[in-house]
Parts: sequence; C-alpha cells; structure tokens
Amino acid sequence: MKVIIMGCGRVGSQLATALDEEGNDVTILDVNAHQFSRFLPDSFGGRKITGNGIDQDVLVRAGIEDADAFVALTAGDNRNVMASQIAKHIFEVPRVVCRIYDPIREQMYKNLGLRTIAPTNVGTRMVKEELEAE
Amino acid sequence: MYIVIIGGGQVGFYLAKELVESNHEVLVIEENPSRSAEIAETLGEIVMCGDGCEAAIQEQVGTARADLLLAVTGEDQDNLVACQVAKHVFNVPRTVARINNPKNELIFRKLGIDFTVSATSVILSQIEQELPDHPLIPLLTLRSGFEIVEVKIPNGARVAGKPLGELALPERSIIWGVIDAEGTPQAPDAARVLAGGDAVVVVAPVESEEALRSALTELA
Repeated sequence: MKVIIMGCGRVGSQLATALDEEGNDVTILDVNAHQFSRFLPDSFGGRKITGNGIDQDVLVRAGIEDADAFVALTAGDNRNVMASQIAKHIFEVPRVVCRIYDPIREQMYKNLGLRTIAPTNVGTRMVKEELEAE
Repeated sequence: MYIVIIGGGQVGFYLAKELVESNHEVLVIEENPSRSAEIAETLGEIVMCGDGCEAAIQEQVGTARADLLLAVTGEDQDNLVACQVAKHVFNVPRTVARINNPKNELIFRKLGIDFTVSATSVILSQIEQELPDHPLIPLLTLRSGFEIVEVKIPNGARVAGKPLGELALPERSIIWGVIDAEGTPQAPDAARVLAGGDAVVVVAPVESEEALRSALTELA
C-alpha cells in the first residue's frame, strides 16, 4: 500500500514507522524538517518531504496522484480538514483518514463523508474509565 | 443585508467599515482579544471575540439569519472551514473566501464555497497584462467552473485570417467579443475575420485554459 502521512508528530511518526516496518511504501510530510530527526528512527525507510500538505504541488511531490491512502495528523484541525478534502475530492485517493480534535467539527465532517478520528472523545472516555475503574 | 465577517485583520476591518457605511448590518468575528477591542473602539459594538471556525461562535452571532458570510483571515484552511461551517450548519446562502494560493480556487469551488478572491491572482493578472509573452490573461473566475479570459492573437497565428465562425475552440467555450488592435470593442460576428493584434474575450471552462491558449495563439 502506498501511504502519505501529513504531520510528523508522535502519532504520525509512530504510524509511519509501523507501516514502513510492515513493508508499505510510506511518505511522511511535515512543514518542519526538524520533526523527522526528532521522531523517526534511523531505520525508517520511507520518504521524508518538507512542505505544507494543503499545497497541492507539495502533495503531488509526495506522490498523491497514485497513493492508496492519505492520513492527516498535524496539530491543526483546519489544516487536516483541508488537506483531507483535497486528497479525497481533487486527487480521489481511495482511503483518506483525518484527525480532528474539535468534536463538533469532527461530527460535521463525518456527516460530509470524511473518515474522521476524534481523539478528544476517545481520550476523554479512556480517562473516565480509568477514574471509575475498581 | 446581514453580513458576517470572519477575521478582523486589515481586509476584514476595511470591509466591515465600508459595509457599515453602506447601511448593512455587519458582525466581525476576530480571535485576538486586543485586535477585537481595537475594532470595537473604531467601529462600535459589531465585533465578537472568538474562533470563527467554531459552530458555537457562529451560532452566537446568529449566522443562521446571515445573507452572506465573508471569510477573510490570512489562512486558506481557516477560511475554508469557516465557510463550510456556515454552509452546512447554518445554511448561509452565500459564502465568500479569501485565498492566498490561487490553486485553491478549484478545491474551494468543488467544496461548495460560492466565491473566492485571491489577491495573488489579481496581482498576477495585472503583471501578465503587461507582458507580451503572456497571450492568455484570466480576467475573472465565475461560479460553476467557468472563467472569462482575454487572448491576444499573435501576428502569424494559425487563426489569423479566419472568420470567428470557423474557429475550433475547446468544448463549452464561447467568444464574447473582440477588441481590435486600436482598442475598439466589437460584437462577436461569425463573419469577423481575426487578425494579429486582436484580443478575443472568451468564456471557457477553467480546465480548458491550455487548450484555448494553443487553439488561438499557435503560430502557423
């Protein structure tokens, strides 16, 4: 599977590393090249591209035209939403997953047909369960 | 009209000022508290401090009864989301977004934003009009994927000497008029014979720009 991951933070880098180890063709994008050396292991075999994922030219450089999947994991909800919609509606990437922290915005984009992940809801639920555990 | 403006920077501020002077009801949503206080001082209590991309804030200012929402922050992604929230949560009939990257025009239109304004495109088209090696100048992007362009017919072009009625243009392209070398506009008569130095004004699908350029400017 050819995957593009936008955002090389903790989640992005861990996902990129795991998918790379499983033998996928992985490209990771970040506006800050320092993030690659900070979070990716030396063994990472994928491509690292410095650039902004809401810029279509950067996405083309990352190989979006024949990508099987695109994942948006930057710290900015709006950035994730915009890049995911470009991937889905302009480049017709078959599988697009978008992280959105704001639960209200997440619900709206889910209704509009994006595959969205809401870590705020998931995190809250997990913390609550731990608090209430025997 | 009730107009909601997202972003109280220079663009948002002067838009609000002009619209208030034309007796519209205006509300500006600005995230930065000191900037929003500044605007309130000059324009009165027409500012709400908050994130204009959030549905809760848009709800507080009554976006559901807005006739128009203008998203003019400096960030394309914020303007996109603000317009989408207005459209999909509050059914605002018309949304306008400011964009920096001209390439975002297409994606914004595809995603239902009614109109985009790009300072980059406007400046670029001004520059292109001054350059002889830019025979095709986009003048205005319309809704529904069309644009109005001006194409200068070079001397020695394949189409020079041909009447307008015999031109092979890309599909769904229509000639709106011809401006001759002296600058006189003329109605698009099928019998009008093109000459080098003419400028042809065409309405065409945005994606046909390249095909149109080669149809009208390729040399014989």
